[in-house]
Amino acid sequence: MEEKTVQDNKLLNYFKNNLSKATLFLVLFVMWGILSILSPYFFTYNNIFNLVRQTSVIAVVATGMTFVIISGGIDLSVGSIVGASGIIVSMLLINGTPILLAVLITLLICLGLGAVSGMFIYEGNVPPFIATLGMMSMARGLALLLSGGQILTGLPRSFINFAQVTFLGIPMLTIVLIVVVAAAFFVLTRTRFGRNVYTIGSSDEVARLSGINMRVNYYAIYMLNAFLSGVAGIMLTSRLSSGIPTSGNMYELDAIASVVIGGASLSGAEGSVLGTIIGALIMSTLRNGGNLLGVDPFWLRMATGLLIVLAVLFDQVRKKQ
Amino acid sequence: MSQEEYAVEMENITKTFPGVKALDQVNFKVKKGEIHGLVGENGAGKSTLLKILMGVHQKDSESGDILLNGKKVEINNPIMAEEHGLAAVYQHMMLAPKLSVAENIFLGQQPTKNGIVNWEYMYQETAKLLKSLDLDEINPRARLDTLTNVQQEMVAISKAISHEANILIFDEPTALLAEKETEELHDTMLDLREKGVSIIYVNHRLDEVFEVCDRVTVLRDGKYIGSREISEVKEDDLITMMVGREIGDLYYKEEIEKGEKILEVNNLNSGKNVKNASFELHKGEVLGFFGLIGAGRTELLRTIFGADKIDSGEIKINQKEIKIRKPIDSIKAGIGLIPEDRQKQGLALPLSVQDNCTLVSSIYSSNLGVLDKKKEEKETKRNVDELNIKTPSIRQKVKFLSGGNQQKVVIAKWLNVDASILFFDESTVGIDIGAKKEIYKLMADLLKNDKAIIFISSYLPELLGVCDRIAVISEGEITGILDREEATEEKLLQLATV
Repeated sequence: MEEKTVQDNKLLNYFKNNLSKATLFLVLFVMWGILSILSPYFFTYNNIFNLVRQTSVIAVVATGMTFVIISGGIDLSVGSIVGASGIIVSMLLINGTPILLAVLITLLICLGLGAVSGMFIYEGNVPPFIATLGMMSMARGLALLLSGGQILTGLPRSFINFAQVTFLGIPMLTIVLIVVVAAAFFVLTRTRFGRNVYTIGSSDEVARLSGINMRVNYYAIYMLNAFLSGVAGIMLTSRLSSGIPTSGNMYELDAIASVVIGGASLSGAEGSVLGTIIGALIMSTLRNGGNLLGVDPFWLRMATGLLIVLAVLFDQVRKKQ
Repeated sequence: MSQEEYAVEMENITKTFPGVKALDQVNFKVKKGEIHGLVGENGAGKSTLLKILMGVHQKDSESGDILLNGKKVEINNPIMAEEHGLAAVYQHMMLAPKLSVAENIFLGQQPTKNGIVNWEYMYQETAKLLKSLDLDEINPRARLDTLTNVQQEMVAISKAISHEANILIFDEPTALLAEKETEELHDTMLDLREKGVSIIYVNHRLDEVFEVCDRVTVLRDGKYIGSREISEVKEDDLITMMVGREIGDLYYKEEIEKGEKILEVNNLNSGKNVKNASFELHKGEVLGFFGLIGAGRTELLRTIFGADKIDSGEIKINQKEIKIRKPIDSIKAGIGLIPEDRQKQGLALPLSVQDNCTLVSSIYSSNLGVLDKKKEEKETKRNVDELNIKTPSIRQKVKFLSGGNQQKVVIAKWLNVDASILFFDESTVGIDIGAKKEIYKLMADLLKNDKAIIFISSYLPELLGVCDRIAVISEGEITGILDREEATEEKLLQLATV
């Protein structure tokens, strides 16, 4: 009898602790329900396939952003790094570099860009907002410079195919996302690096006085984020079958929105990979549903903006209680 | 005499928060022109009572009345409280550090001429006000954060006076002040009393309550325990009223044989606050650090710990010189720091008890960076049992724990890496007597296991109660190290003001 009460309490506590995540799922399901009723096309294999594929690229970026935001930072450069990554990989491929090597080189360069942000933030004490705002312009400039502002075509067939093929009926891009998410989930919840990210988000001083190596962790956080943006850039290039220097534009907004809608706090130490993924799904559902219902994309853009503010507002109200 | 003998009368005040009765029929009466101490352990209901008086919280509607100067009043918000002549000077003052003294005093009601701030008038009025309180040394144009702690507090008081407050609430105003500054504050309080102002004085340090208060009221667990003339009670009586039982000797100290030298510091320098510091520490010993606020005690510990930069000097642990550049270097050498501000420096507040207890040990115990959650859970459960940490679960966020329990979590963090030298920096500030006693007991246990402790405190009776030797620091220099037997409050104070 006693044991049962304890069990009940545990269950109750679990729900209490995960209330916001449960609400998120609910919001997503309600959106899907309504859209299925409004548009018979919504719940077709093709549309879901598309929705998931669209989400994959942005969700990879958002996964990296989750680390940054939990650490109490912000990274505005992700969209530009997506663009730069796409141009770099395209140029390498067009010049005949083997795919694997091209991908590897591209990701290394992205890691370098992340290291530059990390350097300004850690060594120079530049606020992350400013350091990555600068990187946003630098990386976009790099993409435009390298491509001469042109769209790069003539990518190898096998590279383009990657975004088209499926594995067990799941788009390849989504498989990449699943791998990234699984790895990120593990790193964030089970490793010391993950714990450090939360601790740094709670307080730099506490982290430092607890013996955490701040330099290594700061660099790692921004490099990881740039790395995942690079991965997303490669995925996007495959999907678009060309290198477009302006691709990834405004992705920072979508990524930050996904993380925040997913329950992370911009003051740090709160957030989860799972929440971010649901957040990303909510964002793409909004866009996908809007398209299906013939809503003007400009309206959708405004709605996205409103959604971000509402998500933060909701978080503030919750905290006050 | 008529009812008007009292400036404040709160009768049968009850306050219920969801699930808790914070106050249960509390009576609280303050006479006109007296300094009235309000004491009790954390959670006794002092702040709730004062927040009701200040209009921040509302009492339960069916409970008793509040009378000011004999007249029944409703105080529904802080603005009404101000209109009734009430003002509070909080521990964490609500002043703007980057603005000038005058701007702070006139915050929100700057004098204007044709819609433009009349600066000259503002400075003149401020100067007049400060002069009336004998605070001529404060420049109305100075930026607030260039003033000392006590001067800032004086500005807060002046601000309250400028609003013609006749009932002042001082909530833990001396927590951040050194002895001498506290005296200045007390002088000002006595002056105000002469001017007929009634003062409510909340203070954990009972000796200070005895120094200035006329009467004192004790609360415990939200209940009114009693009011006494200060001349008719002794400190022990008050403590018994506060905790509801005989506490015995507060300071717990066992005679422990001193072992070999564990830490030696030679000619350590860092910035302006640590000058040529040399001392040694033995196993089984508590070395106290005494000094005024800003004397450099905290800085000395931080320098040894690697949190501040070492300019020159030598640090030896177990007779071996070690190079300390970052906290991790000293942590690996066996040092643990329980910092001054547990909320800002000691704890990751939004994280769980388990995360915090294992914050440092995870550096050692994780394989290839993967955390051993089972082991962490076991460690934390042991901490909770051994240190008697009161928490509903090890997954509870530490920000929801009381001060004493939070402090125990900070200590647990170092127990889990078996630190052999522990730095306690003002570790018992703001925690209740029960938890204090537990911490002293824990220190004794550590000493018995060959650990060594450096203990910073601004509270002399505490230092004399728990330390084997006391080093006094003044303006960054160690001015003397006294043995427990030869140390007296007078000698220590004298060394502190060299």
